[in-house]
Amino acid sequence: MTEAPAAIRFKGLGQIFKTATGPLEALRGVDFSVARNEFVAVLGPSGCGKSTLLRCIAGLLKPTSGSLEVFGLPVTDPRDDIGIVFQKPTLLPWANVEDNVVFPIKHKSGRVRPDDRDEARKLLKMVGLDGFEKRMPAELSGGMQQRVGIARALLLNPDILLMDEPFSALDALTREEMGFELLRIWQQHPKTVLFITHSISEAVLLADRVLVMSERPGGIIRDLKVPLPRPRSIETTSSKVMHDFSGQLRTLLLKRAS
Amino acid sequence: MQALISPRAKSIILPTITFIAILAIWEGVSRGFSIPAFVLPAPSRILMGFEAITFSRWMEHVWATLRVALIGYFVSIAVAIPIAIGLTRSKTLADCLYPILVVVQSTPIVAVAPIIIVVLGSQDAPRIVITFLITFFPLVVSTTTGLMATPPELIELSRSLRAPASREFTQIRIPFAIPYIFSALKISITLAVIGAVVAEFVAADKGVGYFIQFSTSLFKLPEAWAGLGVLVLMSLTLFQLVELTQRVFFPWSLPKDAT
Repeated sequence: MTEAPAAIRFKGLGQIFKTATGPLEALRGVDFSVARNEFVAVLGPSGCGKSTLLRCIAGLLKPTSGSLEVFGLPVTDPRDDIGIVFQKPTLLPWANVEDNVVFPIKHKSGRVRPDDRDEARKLLKMVGLDGFEKRMPAELSGGMQQRVGIARALLLNPDILLMDEPFSALDALTREEMGFELLRIWQQHPKTVLFITHSISEAVLLADRVLVMSERPGGIIRDLKVPLPRPRSIETTSSKVMHDFSGQLRTLLLKRAS
Repeated sequence: MQALISPRAKSIILPTITFIAILAIWEGVSRGFSIPAFVLPAPSRILMGFEAITFSRWMEHVWATLRVALIGYFVSIAVAIPIAIGLTRSKTLADCLYPILVVVQSTPIVAVAPIIIVVLGSQDAPRIVITFLITFFPLVVSTTTGLMATPPELIELSRSLRAPASREFTQIRIPFAIPYIFSALKISITLAVIGAVVAEFVAADKGVGYFIQFSTSLFKLPEAWAGLGVLVLMSLTLFQLVELTQRVFFPWSLPKDAT
């Protein structure tokens, strides 16, 4: 029996953008892999290429050098088994909540079957928006909008969920609440999650592993296993282990910055 | 006392009172100082100007102007939106067309009107072309801006789903451009009336613009003012119709406080 391939594997990946002011090296020598159903947080200063990393996995960007495999196959095009949650919910303002969730299917295939709508309603229930199907996005709070964004990303039942600072536009309390919600959803529907954030506490609370990135050109400078048991709860946030581990990350990030 | 009148009622009552007050002062000044009718006819004289021709004659003039304005307007929409989509989709096309568009926009259409009339004859065609030329630039610019203003995340979502490019336009870009398109449609509908009237000034035998010019040439200023009143009414009605269309079919595209 051969070992199952990693969900995501970066091999010395580099990304250089051509800009008006000359080439911009966004990523250099990125090396890491994520196992199936692992929850990995990528932590780094702003502008370090975290989002570029994610866009490479999504197949939206072609790496300049090195390679990238998803489930053992090189990424050449966008794949169906990857869902993306953006920093902003970016819902369609003219469509109600349910139509927003089924949008990927409508957009991909041109039609929506009743089954897809059932699935959308199931997902909305799971993200805690039961009864909001016919509401318009403008009637929802920021947190609720992002729940819709998560449901939309889960619609095609992806194996990999890419999350690009999904809660950073929310207020602190909602943000924490959404973190626990995400853990609950992830426990019900295990998926490989790559979660980009610049919040240390968020990374520690959510992830199995935290990857720390350097400033531009971004690379992984530290790959740390989070020493916290699952399931995690509010008590976890105040535990000594969490406190110490967060402190360790903070020192790491601040030392790099100074 | 204040609380008895809702803000909404207030927003209707106050301008109405102001308008009536202006008319009253106008009437008073006009009569009190015996201002000649060709300088500034009193509102009551203008009202009599409406009776200079029969209602069915008025309708003929209104219809002539309205027809040209509306045909020019819809031709303009039918041309401007595909051009805007083309400009958004192809950088090459944008490079080719944009300078020409700017030249067209920089040309005073009023000055070109006599030439167009000579070239295309004195039927509706030249008047429609003039209306089209006046209305179409704001539509192209605004629609293009709207098509480009789509959140980049949704374009990435579309690409990550490997959806056909046509759906990127029909399901994402065009709906997102709706607020921009409507703000241009509102500007263009009043421009369409201007275009039709300008064309009538140059050559026409019917239409409200023609009627105004004809009346002034005979020194019948109250009639000319009456014609102006009709044009204002026409512009306002058309503008409101565009707004109503947006309100009914695209309520989500209205600014938050207007719903």
